[in-house]
Amino acid sequence: MSGFMATFGLWLAVFFTFSIFSFLYKDNPLYKLSEQIFVGLSAAYWLVYMIYSILLPNLVTKLITDFWGNVILLIPAALGLMMLLRIFPKIQWVSRFPIAIMIGTSAGISMLRYTKSDLVSQISATMINPFAASTVSGVIGNFLLIIGTICGVYFFYFSKKQEGISAVPSKIGIWFLMISFGASFGYTVMARISLLIGRLEFLLKDWLHVIK
Amino acid sequence: MSAVSNTQTERRIVFLVLLVAVALPLIFPIGWKTEVSSYAKMAWDLIETTPDSSVVIFSFDYDPSTMTELQPMAEAMLDHAWSRNQKVIAIALWPQGMQMADQAFTAALLNYPNKKYGEDYVSLGYKVAGIVAIQAMGRSLEEVFPADLKGTKYADIPMLKDIHNLKDIAYVNSLSSGVPGIKEWIMGARDISQTPVTGGTTAVSAPGFFPYVNSQNQLYGLLGGLKAASEYETLIGKIGSATVKMDAQSVAHLLILVFILIGNIKAFRQRKRRQT
Repeated sequence: MSGFMATFGLWLAVFFTFSIFSFLYKDNPLYKLSEQIFVGLSAAYWLVYMIYSILLPNLVTKLITDFWGNVILLIPAALGLMMLLRIFPKIQWVSRFPIAIMIGTSAGISMLRYTKSDLVSQISATMINPFAASTVSGVIGNFLLIIGTICGVYFFYFSKKQEGISAVPSKIGIWFLMISFGASFGYTVMARISLLIGRLEFLLKDWLHVIK
Repeated sequence: MSAVSNTQTERRIVFLVLLVAVALPLIFPIGWKTEVSSYAKMAWDLIETTPDSSVVIFSFDYDPSTMTELQPMAEAMLDHAWSRNQKVIAIALWPQGMQMADQAFTAALLNYPNKKYGEDYVSLGYKVAGIVAIQAMGRSLEEVFPADLKGTKYADIPMLKDIHNLKDIAYVNSLSSGVPGIKEWIMGARDISQTPVTGGTTAVSAPGFFPYVNSQNQLYGLLGGLKAASEYETLIGKIGSATVKMDAQSVAHLLILVFILIGNIKAFRQRKRRQT
């Protein structure tokens, strides 16, 4: 029976792969069917997964095994229930309280961490001695890092009209930005081709057994 | 109307040629070599120089949708860590991450059949809440993971006897395809507990993480996409799935360059024709 289910699952995956690929020819009912099954299946999967891997072990099981030891968990449980009250128009205002708490705590945690990791450490990382590198390419790289950072930031300085000599760093900044966009595009192409390779590997290996 | 129809047909030809171009190298591998980048070397150096018997964390922060890129990295890095006799804690900030971890362990166990669960590696499971969970791990790992996936209590797992929080971890390796992932580990583990962080990510996310590989050592190297995975396989001297797939990747990139060239020539000629 398990062998049959494995084969059935394999053919199902092949069917959905071709159905999704068929969109490349043109929009069609098979593509729409696959898309909608995927959306429905994902929603159902996540709901079940969240109940069994988050709600039950982190709340229900703890309260059943040691209620008074975990009595503080009733607070997040109540906030969670309050969040669900959005579905009742008359009392949906209650859901604003848990949302406010979530936004407040998230902002508090993020502000501290982002300031340290994305601002202070990133600025410190550009305050380097360019000649400290051991190789010529390293020194050039350090100079590019410093020039690119300063000119890139300067490009977004809009408080004064950039003309004449003050427009030069901005133009250099544009070049750095364009090169970084090009690199990002290259990486995006690589990621998308990787997805295609993954699907083709599945078709050629698991389904057709053409490759090992 | 015919111009629209022509464009549609051209699009289909591009897709078809690309499909064939990617499929052929998978069936008939070419064996092109991959140059190792400094970022992949940095990640390799961190694992290579970490002492024997150190306990490390592999965080599987991805799901099957990106496993083509990230699974080869996970398998190669796990292989490297075990070759250095490091003890691996597998956790996941993504719900399906532990399934990816299981696959990686199954693949690595083929080369290291003597590795024992609980002594050489352990799966602590998925934890929700991203950076909040990581910050809590900085205080106490046992508090966040009271038991492993099999239900064994944290205190009863031999390899975790002296591991209390992230400060006792030699390094964190996050294989991440989004949020939460590498960035949260940098913020929560590197910048708070000073635990070195390395990792791998999808090609599309890689440019966003490169600034963290800096003089502050926020990130010790980074593997970005399938190419970096094949670089890592080159570094550990193994021909893995990423190396094989890189032939298809390279052919596809060459083809896309050709298409861009043809598209530009065509656009140039059309513009010229319109002007005359």
